[in-house]
This record gives sequence, structure tokens and C-alpha cells, in this order.
Amino acid sequence: MDSVGNVILYFVVAIAMVVSAFMAVTTTKILRAATYLLFSLICTAIFYFQMGYQFLGAVQLAVYAGGIMVLFVFAIILTHKPNDKTAPLAAHRQFVGISASVIGAVLLILALFKMPLAKGLSLSQVIEIGGPTLTMHDIGIALVGSEKFQYLLPFEAVSVLLLACIIGGVVIARKK
Amino acid sequence: MDISILWYLVPSVILFICGVYGFLTRKNMIAMLISLELMLNSADLNFVIFNRYLFPGSMEGMMFTLFAIAIAAAETAIAIALIINIYRAIGNTNVTDIKEMKF
Repeated sequence: MDSVGNVILYFVVAIAMVVSAFMAVTTTKILRAATYLLFSLICTAIFYFQMGYQFLGAVQLAVYAGGIMVLFVFAIILTHKPNDKTAPLAAHRQFVGISASVIGAVLLILALFKMPLAKGLSLSQVIEIGGPTLTMHDIGIALVGSEKFQYLLPFEAVSVLLLACIIGGVVIARKK
Repeated sequence: MDISILWYLVPSVILFICGVYGFLTRKNMIAMLISLELMLNSADLNFVIFNRYLFPGSMEGMMFTLFAIAIAAAETAIAIALIINIYRAIGNTNVTDIKEMKF
């Protein structure tokens, strides 16, 4: 049995997330689309917090809602004039988009409700089974250990990837 | 009321579908990238949900999402560098106007 506060928080966040995701793909102004994406990402971070992954929620807020959104706004301001609107959609394009998403939604929802793994556990029960919340100590050990369920190699690979990304970004965006 | 696994999976599905719709209908590359981020975000959310509900004692799904966020940051930075470069070459960022790989 989950507390009433948790259920209310869930509904508020879920509705905000779905509405802002919908607005992000339908609004005509690109800067507004980026702002709605930001709201959607923040709502996801709140879900992470609610499920007990505080570190992940903080990373989502800092990297996604902070860093990536700044990049988006930067790129939009560089490549668009103020009050630019997207051209109205061609009818066949809209038909393709709507039919693909409706078919996809029906299939995914069907798969979801036929799925045998819905064991009916509630959030408070799984948090109780999972034990106390993850500490920074556990996450740090898992990130730099080299045994089973520890992630030293991917951690280093990501650092090399980020270096390659920095160099690639500079090379691509540099003036000739 | 119990918040079961489906309660979290349904908003995640809707997020993914919104991303698909935006990716298919938008012409502007930055708007397409925004739709792509929505889809990626829903996949991240699914990792965490399945981790929480099916394997509450472990944290492998959370680690997947951590690495996915790091890689998404790198991917977005490169994509935006490319888009700004294309804007310099052809003056707008519509996918329909890009006809050749090298300018």
C-alpha cells in the first residue's frame, strides 16, 4: 500500500510528463519545443527520485536538464531567427507520423498488458525488498571495481569516448 | 492504491510514441534531435523501472542508465556541431535540403 502523497505525486508528475512530451513534438516554435523537452526531462528525474535512485536523479538533472539543454538552446539560437515558425505539415507526412505512432502505441500497450511480469508489487514493497537506499559508496565501488557487476572497463571507455567527442566537436565546428 | 510496474511503464510508452511521431513529422534537424532525446529518455526510464521492480536488490539497470546518459551527452554534442556546420554551409537546418554528404 503506497501513501496517498506518493500517489498524488505520481499523477501530477506523470500528467506533466506526458503533456510536455506531446507539446514538445507538436509546438511550432522550436525554442518552446526545447523548453517542453526540459520539463519532460525534469519529470523523469522526479520519477527517479521517487523510485529511490537519488544519484541517478541528480545526474539526470545535472547532465540532461542542465548540460544537454544548454547545448540545445545554444544551437537553436545560433541557427534560428527569433519568431521563426516551422512550416505547416504536408498531409502525407502527418498521415505517416500519426499512423506509425498509433500502430506503435497499440502494439506496445498490448504487449505491456499481456506481459507476465506484472506481479502486482507496489512501490513501497519493492523499496522495502531492495533494502536501504543506495549510498554513494556503493555506486563508487561499482563504478571503479573490476569484479562481477562492477564497471571499470565501461567507465574508462566512456572517458575515452568523451575525449573523442571533444576533439571531434572541435574539428567539425572549427572555421576553415 | 498501489503504484505497480504498469503505472510507470505507461507514461514511458507515451513518451516513446511522442518521440516517434516527432521524428517522423519534423523537418528541422534540431527538432528531430529533440524527438530522439525523448525516445532515449523513455528507454532510460524503462531500464530503471525494470531494475526497481524486478530486481530490487541490484543496481545494474541504474548503471546502464548512467552510462546511457553519458553517451547521450556525447552524441548530442557531436550532432549539434554537425548541425551548426550544415547551417553554415546551406543556410538552414532542414533535412529535405541536404542533398550531398560533403560541401
